Amino acid sequence: MKQTFTITAFSENHIGLLNRITIIFTRRRVNIETLTVSPSAIKGVHKFTIVVNETREMVEKVVKQIDKVVEVIKAFYHTDDEIIFQEIALYKVSTDKLMENNKVETIVRKNAGRIVEVTPKYTVIEKMGTADETQELFDELNQLGAILQFTRSGRIAVTRLSEELLHNFLKKREIWDLDN
Amino acid sequence: MSTKLTGSQAVLQSLIEEGTEYIFGYPGGAIMPVYDAMMDYEDQIKHILTRHEQGAIHAAQGYARVTGKVGVCMATSGPGATNLITGIADAMIDSTPLVCITGQVGSPLLGTDAFQETDVVGISMPVTKWNVLVTKPEEIPFAIAQAFFIAKTGRPGPVLVDITKDAQFGSLDFNYKKCTNIRSYEPKPVFEPEKIEQAAQLINAAKKPYVLLGQGVILGNAEAEFKAFIEKAGLPTAWTILGVSALDSDHPLNMGMLGMHGNYSTNVMNNQCDVLIAVGMRFDDRVTGDLKRFAKQAKVIHMEIDPAEIDKNVKTDVAILGDVKDTLPVLTRLLEKRDHAEWIAEFKKLDAIENEKVIQKDFYPDKEGLTMGEVVRRINERTGGKAIIVTDVGQHQMFASRYAKHKQTRNFVTSGGLGTMGFGLPAAHGAAMGCPDKDVILFVGDGGFQMTIQELGTINQTEANVKVVLLNNKYLGMVRQWQQLFFDRRYSQTYLMNPDFIMIAKGFGIEGKKVMHRPELDAAIDEMLSHKGAYVLEVSIEKEDNVFPMVPTGASVSEVILEPPQK
Ligand SMILES: Cc1ncc(C[n+]2csc(CCOP(=O)(O)OP(=O)(O)O)c2C)c(N)n1
Ligand SMILES: [Mg+2]
Repeated sequence: MKQTFTITAFSENHIGLLNRITIIFTRRRVNIETLTVSPSAIKGVHKFTIVVNETREMVEKVVKQIDKVVEVIKAFYHTDDEIIFQEIALYKVSTDKLMENNKVETIVRKNAGRIVEVTPKYTVIEKMGTADETQELFDELNQLGAILQFTRSGRIAVTRLSEELLHNFLKKREIWDLDN
Repeated sequence: MSTKLTGSQAVLQSLIEEGTEYIFGYPGGAIMPVYDAMMDYEDQIKHILTRHEQGAIHAAQGYARVTGKVGVCMATSGPGATNLITGIADAMIDSTPLVCITGQVGSPLLGTDAFQETDVVGISMPVTKWNVLVTKPEEIPFAIAQAFFIAKTGRPGPVLVDITKDAQFGSLDFNYKKCTNIRSYEPKPVFEPEKIEQAAQLINAAKKPYVLLGQGVILGNAEAEFKAFIEKAGLPTAWTILGVSALDSDHPLNMGMLGMHGNYSTNVMNNQCDVLIAVGMRFDDRVTGDLKRFAKQAKVIHMEIDPAEIDKNVKTDVAILGDVKDTLPVLTRLLEKRDHAEWIAEFKKLDAIENEKVIQKDFYPDKEGLTMGEVVRRINERTGGKAIIVTDVGQHQMFASRYAKHKQTRNFVTSGGLGTMGFGLPAAHGAAMGCPDKDVILFVGDGGFQMTIQELGTINQTEANVKVVLLNNKYLGMVRQWQQLFFDRRYSQTYLMNPDFIMIAKGFGIEGKKVMHRPELDAAIDEMLSHKGAYVLEVSIEKEDNVFPMVPTGASVSEVILEPPQK
């Protein structure tokens, strides 16, 4: 049975590594829903957060292959109930539409959106949430014909565990200087 | 202490520091600075000029496989580098440690579609264990040190270092430090003792244990540990095509070869055993046949260095991660002495059937034409299992792996996972360079021989002692066999109108002889073996000779057939 999995991989910051990781997915015809790469809490260590809709068996195989990449320190995978995750979405709407009546504003409030910039021509709204939640706000604004531009980030996530998987792993490996 | 060197000198000096004996390669624009520097290092490192980059990389593979050292090859940018790709893919799937060094256009030209610019790091990414583009001279020693470390540790594999021309021309303070650790890379997973205990319990309680031996045992230099393991618990063993020669052919626990053209008993017993112990092998589909009907009745123990192989194809009950060199002795200590005589007798019953239906007919054919089987048998008699056997890909490969006898490990080189035609001749050349004191015998088909036949020129130049046994059936025999069995004998595009191979060999300065009839065979083989230096012996083979047993594609291992299916 396919379900949503969030794969996180910690790695060195090495040119070409993104390519090495994505070909693991393409070769097995696994579609990447979202992908976020950013520096992690440990200096010099990068974090990949990759969301896929796949069977657990396939995800296990993919994660082992990611782990095998020389510059990857460690890869993990989680189901949605094991993590807290968010995406961020930006909505650019016409300021005229916003001023027309209070419809746009009501929708934004109801969906816990936040206005980040207002100009005479356009207004930018930001919303954090799951993909479903950001989609809901999009759909409602779109029905009013208010949207000029819309963009959404990939997922970022933290685990619900009390211990830190990567930290434990690095401690076991011993060769890491975690204070640097 | 550091010395001032150019990037090119640093490339060579680094290779020397790593103990490189030979570079198999081919020059060109983007690697010319290194080739220029070579003239000053001739007494410390030898370059072998092949006739094609594919010839260079397969030679490096042959060298690595027989010596256990890292094979090194070199090529220029663009076409030089792309010509290496087949060999890199081959080394990747067969876990052969290689360092490939390629020249790249100058760094200011990267990404401009410059002359002979190809994104070699990009192209080779899926088929290398690791690769890197080096654009600065001072990065060269570290990149090469890492390359060697990664290539040979853990599950070995090919790595590629692409060096821009300006990095080769530049200069650096050279100070070589071997790489012994990369913080993100864990070559040997730590093994869990409780897993070994679980495995020991299963094996001690087993009535019908069965061991599958793979190349991991050879790569881990664990042949002795492996033998102690099976001998203590009386475990019948079968090997994959890359595990050939890890266990003496005539060892009483050696049951034969696995796989599509392996033996009869060894295939069937996968589905009869109660505990299946896979040691350093990866359950390739050519070994398992239909996975849904493979060893379902058995508890599976998998000893493996690469965690990604666990549960990849066959679900395991107990996975023992780690180098088998470390894990096998621990397991052996926990085993109880057994001989499993009755169970082994079951193998022998099936062996008798295969012997009658297949082997005797291959060895002592009643038809007029010569068979590949009898050629291999005769060579066994002469070499006593001490020669290195190299093969190309096709029917002859299967006859050679089934029938060649081995008394020493690392004595068999073949392209297993990729099945690369054209691998044989250059690989045999590399093997002969690596083991100059051994006889190297190549079995090659008339098809594959023509894919890299130009390497006869290299062999003539290096005077490597390669004995080529060309088994000429005038067909792409293996494909023809499939056409005969599964495509109603429609021999589409498999007949070859062949050249005069002996004349070609002689043109390259290599002696040779053609044998057409059985009475001439033995003397011709003797003549080849007593000839000093390279030799081509062409044997005219029965055209419609087939390899059996066979597990047809999609069939279960227990459906292995010993003769063509009746239609
Ligand atoms: C590079 C490459 N191309 C195609 C194939 C497919 N193939 C496998 S065996 C074979 C026939 C080999 O013929 P030959 O070299 O004459 O050996 P024989 O089977 O006759 O012994 C072919 C075409 C291959 N394995 N490798
Ligand atoms: Mg042929």
